[in-house]
Amino acid sequence: MATQKRRAAIVGLYEWPKRKDPDVSAMQIKAQSIKRALDDAGLDWKDVDAVYDAGDGEGAGLANIVQYLGLRPNVIDTTQVGGSSYEFHAAHAVRAIEEGKANVAVLSYGSKAATQRIPIGTGGGRAGGSWSTNMEAPYGMTLIANYAMVANRHMAQYGTTSAQLAEVSVATRHHAMRNPQAVQALNDLGVVGVNDITVDDVLSSRMIADPLHLLECCLVTDGGGAVIIASPEVVARTKKKPVWILGTGEAMSYVTNDGDITTSAAAQSAPTAFGQAGVTANEMDIAMIYDSFSITVAVMLEDLGFCKKGEVGSFLEGGRVRFDNPGGPALNTDGGGLSSNHPGMRGIFLLMEAARQLRGESTSQVPDAKLAVAHGNGGFLGSLHSGGTVVMAAD
Amino acid sequence: MPDRPMPVFPELDTQAYWEATKENKLLYQQCNVCNSVVFTPRAHCTNCGSNDLKTLESKGEGTVYTYSVVRQNRQPAFAEMGAYSIAYIDLDEGFRMLSSVVGVGDPTKDIKVGMRVKVDFEEQDSSEYKVPVFRPA
Repeated sequence: MATQKRRAAIVGLYEWPKRKDPDVSAMQIKAQSIKRALDDAGLDWKDVDAVYDAGDGEGAGLANIVQYLGLRPNVIDTTQVGGSSYEFHAAHAVRAIEEGKANVAVLSYGSKAATQRIPIGTGGGRAGGSWSTNMEAPYGMTLIANYAMVANRHMAQYGTTSAQLAEVSVATRHHAMRNPQAVQALNDLGVVGVNDITVDDVLSSRMIADPLHLLECCLVTDGGGAVIIASPEVVARTKKKPVWILGTGEAMSYVTNDGDITTSAAAQSAPTAFGQAGVTANEMDIAMIYDSFSITVAVMLEDLGFCKKGEVGSFLEGGRVRFDNPGGPALNTDGGGLSSNHPGMRGIFLLMEAARQLRGESTSQVPDAKLAVAHGNGGFLGSLHSGGTVVMAAD
Repeated sequence: MPDRPMPVFPELDTQAYWEATKENKLLYQQCNVCNSVVFTPRAHCTNCGSNDLKTLESKGEGTVYTYSVVRQNRQPAFAEMGAYSIAYIDLDEGFRMLSSVVGVGDPTKDIKVGMRVKVDFEEQDSSEYKVPVFRPA
């Protein structure tokens, strides 16, 4: 690592291996993942003094994850901003550790979205009753259509094409086919054609909400996992190579009367995170970017600073973001939400795969990867959404 | 006649907006202090925080900022609709609203970013409120 201060590091992780798992509850996934992530770090259950959890799962509420686990942490944080909750949690954990309030923080997640057949993308609009839902309910805005509106505007404003966006799906599937857990997931979920895909395959897949095709939309899986973030003092006694968190940024963005829908919360969170880290997007070996849909990645590549606003279409052409393309960055090398794991809030997996890459443990390993960015996105990209950026470095 | 999911009341920010739809009126707000246009309806100005807002009636004319066509919605009310559009409309008075573009031959082909549209008030089977939608101008 360069000259940055060693503030806190990811020292343990565990990704629940099955994406369809009727025999386990979301809360069981959380607890068992925490234990295994602690094992990965070489730490004990009783070492945990900070718990970060989005407050979901069976019987959620009142931070009852703490009671379920049987822990008595000094720091408890149930920030819930959708899929990027875990990037927010990581930011908060680093601050709590720096402040001396915590030494071993756990981030946990569990979901049964596949088994319960939760219509995450195609269930809108939301019921009325609030100041916001009363204005949306009559129109049937599904989550996918909300993201699709961003894609249509991007296309109209910059000339971006579906073929260019499809490059995200193609690269991600290529990475998934190298990841045995992702291949198992695709099989268990009944995905047709568990193999590499082409741009034409994406474009000829069924339209879900114009202009987004089926293969531009993420999976709906069961799953979850845990990440352990520790203080420098604790890092000294952990088993694996630590992955240092250099910078974090958090933001919310929303539709306004004269705003630009093609610019996301990442445009605010990324400069904060990269600024604190003292590095830029172009130095990143790895880009773990929330791939709920192809357009999500496209917009965020721009907002993170990998290319200028409006230029992501040509940036993506020719397999630019494949792990073995030296032009890089390597995008979503675990197979992403598009082809490996999306139980509803994927943000925790972005941290995990970034950490695997910086440890040298990915199934699509970039040789000597030193710097990674994880950017989570939560909510509705076209209306109200969160963005959390975490910049990480190898030891 | 469509039977869309409808707003639920009491809800203090949006009630006046929906009451006005019964008379085919599309309302928006403007701040008396800083002149900012406020939408969706609120009791404060999102630019300066003032509670001093006036309510105005829009001419209902605007431009499609962006749109999508929903091919799949598992909610029963929409599952029966077939392909339908959602859109953000930029009204000429300076506010952006979520709505739907209706009255085109094929929503998958005949809606374009930038096209001019005008509001229409769609009656509902099971509600006295009407839903503001937009048709090609």
